[in-house]
Amino acid sequence: MGNGLCLEINQLSVSYHGEKALEDISLSIPAQQLVGIIGPNGAGKSTLIKAILGLIPGYKGKIKVLGKNVNAIRKQIAYVPQRNDVDMDFPVLVEDVVLMGRYPHLSWYGRPKKEDREIALNSLKQVGMLDYHKRQIGELSGGQQQRVFLARALAQEANLFFLDEPFSGIDVTSEKIIIDILRGLRDQGKTLFVVHHDLSKVESYFDSLILLNKRLISCGNSEEVLGVDQIEQAYEGSAVILSGENGKLVVSS
Amino acid sequence: MDNLSFFFDALFQYKFLQNAMMAGVLVGIICGVVGCFIILRGMALMGDAISHAVLPGVVIAYMIGASFFIGAVITGVLTALAIGYVSQNSKIKHDSSIGIMFTAAFALGVVLITLNRGTGVDLWHILFGNVLAVSTTDLWMTIGIGIVVLTLIFLFYKQLVLSTFDPIMAQAIGLPTKLIHYILMLVLSLVTVASLNSVGIILVVAMLITPGATAYLLTDRLPVMMGLSAVFGSVSAIIGVYYSFIYDVATGASIVLVASIFFIIAFLLSPKHGIIVRWGRAKMADRNTNENTSI
Repeated sequence: MGNGLCLEINQLSVSYHGEKALEDISLSIPAQQLVGIIGPNGAGKSTLIKAILGLIPGYKGKIKVLGKNVNAIRKQIAYVPQRNDVDMDFPVLVEDVVLMGRYPHLSWYGRPKKEDREIALNSLKQVGMLDYHKRQIGELSGGQQQRVFLARALAQEANLFFLDEPFSGIDVTSEKIIIDILRGLRDQGKTLFVVHHDLSKVESYFDSLILLNKRLISCGNSEEVLGVDQIEQAYEGSAVILSGENGKLVVSS
Repeated sequence: MDNLSFFFDALFQYKFLQNAMMAGVLVGIICGVVGCFIILRGMALMGDAISHAVLPGVVIAYMIGASFFIGAVITGVLTALAIGYVSQNSKIKHDSSIGIMFTAAFALGVVLITLNRGTGVDLWHILFGNVLAVSTTDLWMTIGIGIVVLTLIFLFYKQLVLSTFDPIMAQAIGLPTKLIHYILMLVLSLVTVASLNSVGIILVVAMLITPGATAYLLTDRLPVMMGLSAVFGSVSAIIGVYYSFIYDVATGASIVLVASIFFIIAFLLSPKHGIIVRWGRAKMADRNTNENTSI
């Protein structure tokens, strides 16, 4: 992966209708990391992901992904949407959703072939959802839906993963399955960016953190970033920090 | 029964009735299939807008003797672009932008028609259709549009599905989602032209939305939904043309009424989503628990 840097951002600013969503962000992230993007609501976490993916026209600054313009490496990128952004009444079955992960590998007119179906079913097996492959996506619980979307990303066989709030409002089993798979992917050399708004478990889940509140508060490995000052700065007093024997406990409201 | 045999006699005898039937069935199929995507993208209002916005193009084309097919596509797509431009470059919301632009285009069309009274452009026929005046040329044009539209949907099926279901992933893997949107608007203009004679501009949106919505209540798979929607659309056309011929009422409106009745039936009785079915099931469940507790 070139110089070992997965992501380089230089003076990125984004505004929507004159309102600044992100301001002057510069950071770099090495490859093969499980990266948490954290910050309070409205901090611009999803916006940062969208900017990195090149989905926001007219942003200012420079973004390099794997040393290149994002358009050159789109096939290597998998995206897992926030569950609320998807219409769960859409008439698709679980297996159809996972097959969408194979689309980047097909020609513009090509249809999924037998191997694609096998890869899709195998991905479903990895997230423990194989038995549900003929269900309509809306019939599943939140955690199950999240696992199906992760299976879609797995089927894509990407090198870079972007997940928008994968742990919000899901059951403990699903959360455990998902974090185990994310760690497994990291160990295979992939880099994963995970938007996360809950500060609990942050330290144990992520290798590096990007702490945001429109501006970059801190970026680096998890212990460094989770200093009390930084958290207070990012959450502007809406987080309570309790110091215990084994470090600190953060409660955000 | 007399009515039915009278109708079939007429159908075999009169070319105009055969053409009407064919046109109705084709429009039912084309609108049914395209309509599924319009529904799933939440673009019912946009469908209404584009079909109305076709009017000035049709009138200008009549006036200068060009094909109204081209005129319709031009004003339809221009209106779609104008709607997008206004909502992206001001704080006007998308639905307001739609409301402003399509009524402007429609009003322009009405003014142009009234300026050219007596030149053979019949406002009533464009607005409400005149299925019994479908010529063989019109029929061929409808067939041509049908082939183009259905081929496009078949070829770009996966792009359409992904950009409808998960637009952000579609963009992330490099699909031109904006282009897809505007091609769909172009398709809407084409579909409106194809439907001009059978249902007319005002009621096209019903043929796009109602059969698709009926199918949506009955299945969880998009390919099945598209098939069912085409069936509902074309069966509504057949029954609609029949009643319109027997009772001598407006054909387009008659077709749309039949489609609406199908929708109401599905809304009440769909095995999974029908409200009467759900109500009945809830009652049964209640009774079962009551019996269990009383024993």
